[in-house]
Amino acid sequence: MSENHQDGVPILKVSALKKHFPIKKGFLKKKDQFFKAVDGVSFEVKAGETFGVVGESGCGKTTTGLMIAELLEQTSGDIWFDGRDLSRLNEHERRVVRKDLQIIFQDPFSSLNPRMKVFDIVAEPLIVHGMASGKKLKEDVLNLLEEVGLGKQHLDRFPHEFSGGQRQRIGIARALALKPKLIVCDEPVSALDVSVQAQILNLLKTLQKKYNLTYIFIAHGLPTVKHISDRIAVMYMGEIVEIATKDALFDNMKHPYTEALLSAIPVMNPHQKTDRIILEGELPNPANQPSGCKFHTRCPYAQSVCKQNVPKLQNDGEGHYVACHFPLNKNISQALNQEQPARR
Amino acid sequence: MLAKTFEEKHVSTRSASNKKSKLSKTIKLLFNSKTGTVGLFLIILVTCLAVFAPWLTPFDPAQVNPLARLQPPMWMEGGSADHILGTDNLGRDIWSRIVFGSRISLIIGIGAVLFSGFIGATLGLLAGFYGGWINAIIMRIADAFLAVPTILLMLVFLAVVGPGLRTLIVVIGITSWVPYARVVRGEVLSIKEREFVKAAQAIGAKKKRIIFKHILPNVLSSFIIISGMNVATTIVLEASLSFLGLGVKAPAVSWGGMLSDGRQYVATSWWVATFPGIAITITVLGVIFLGDWLRDILDPRMKMKNG
Repeated sequence: MSENHQDGVPILKVSALKKHFPIKKGFLKKKDQFFKAVDGVSFEVKAGETFGVVGESGCGKTTTGLMIAELLEQTSGDIWFDGRDLSRLNEHERRVVRKDLQIIFQDPFSSLNPRMKVFDIVAEPLIVHGMASGKKLKEDVLNLLEEVGLGKQHLDRFPHEFSGGQRQRIGIARALALKPKLIVCDEPVSALDVSVQAQILNLLKTLQKKYNLTYIFIAHGLPTVKHISDRIAVMYMGEIVEIATKDALFDNMKHPYTEALLSAIPVMNPHQKTDRIILEGELPNPANQPSGCKFHTRCPYAQSVCKQNVPKLQNDGEGHYVACHFPLNKNISQALNQEQPARR
Repeated sequence: MLAKTFEEKHVSTRSASNKKSKLSKTIKLLFNSKTGTVGLFLIILVTCLAVFAPWLTPFDPAQVNPLARLQPPMWMEGGSADHILGTDNLGRDIWSRIVFGSRISLIIGIGAVLFSGFIGATLGLLAGFYGGWINAIIMRIADAFLAVPTILLMLVFLAVVGPGLRTLIVVIGITSWVPYARVVRGEVLSIKEREFVKAAQAIGAKKKRIIFKHILPNVLSSFIIISGMNVATTIVLEASLSFLGLGVKAPAVSWGGMLSDGRQYVATSWWVATFPGIAITITVLGVIFLGDWLRDILDPRMKMKNG
């Protein structure tokens, strides 16, 4: 591939991944309508990197994460993890692969079994895979808890005795127990207070360095993703519209949707003028998607060709992928800004 | 006072063995709850009656005495200290019959609930967890059971098999599993979608483990509540069946049968039907109170609040 400018071999390769949920209508009618939650997503994640996935609610980012974590079966498409095609594994092999593939959930209040003590929650993966027992189990669990900033005094407590941030730490300890290679972080901080968000993000970063983890970091806001990601994919209506390194995406975004997303980030300085791009119109009904480029109904720069032809996700040669007929070019547009008000 | 001594005990045993402190914690929790205490008291009372029946009764419950028919309770005019609660239409001692009747009521109440609870919980768990056609089949059968009047179904069963303690338990069990199945299925459906179940899957836990470690413990509290309620309704149901003449056969005594016997004499000798009725009420109340309390302590969050 053309992404040799970055180090690392791909640990995860997703190609043409689709998840269509049938919409049941009536009693006798056939299920012929589908909710296209994820509609042909392809990307690669390199070992040791953090791959951010952003998009608004309902764009399919969580569904993608669940499919990668083997918690939801895809309609079509392949997921290659660590050189193996996940859809061709039998039950036993899948359980083995799961050791390397863990997930951290969004809601720390529903991701922990309210009837299990912290010890049992963190010990469960080790017990399930027969990795430790007796004294060693206790030691391992304690080590894991210390790793995430908790301690011995928390072992015998129930999840409801903890704050959101602490609960998320327990969830991280559980995910970490099997020494996975890849962790899907499904909006791990979006349910937390802002002050706690930073702590959890830093914890994730520290752990990544220590254990050489690869993250797929799903979020709906760019600021958190920017904080932690190496590369970022932007999703819109079940498709990836842009993939780029963090810097490339923030300094030189090419897709109008990314531009709109970025302009929505609040600026700290109240006096600074921001040209916020307000997208017009509502998110189209995913069951009845627009023709051509799915974004054309809301895109400020849409042309007639956008309504007819589906843009392909194309590499610009430097690992910056964009699916747009008329990709933005910030550098040029800034130069031409005075003569040509339309930024294209 | 009582609560305080328990608290002191609790504090002193905290550093002692873990098990002991757990026990005292539970006891303390029990006495913190008024309804729980009352419920436990009532249930212990009824259980004591059932266990020590021969020592608590002056007469054989089946002993007929035509000379002492329809004697009123001892505190009423014409009553005698021999028959504390009076006698029924055949001159049998009501107190003795109530005490012996508690055995039948408890055995049937608990036995039938265990039986129907087991059937219902298993089917509900299967239907909720596996979904699809398993769910469809189980729930349609459940609907069918609901569509047929329970009493009618029982009458048919009992007419075929013939009445008796064991058949009564089995028949009540078979006909009243539906509420369990529905409640358990509903709970499983909602718990199955919770993220901790997904997390268990992600860990690689097998289905068996997910069902028994993650789903079942979280279904337990609702299950216990409806079980408590159902012990109550089963006792009432047994009374209805006995009332209809399909309960346990004489010489065995049941409260429902006593109600049925007293029906004709309500206008003239109210005590014949009233005392078994009160016995049913007290037992049912005790079971419900205790069930409520059990639900509370089974929820770890409640433990925190009270303890």
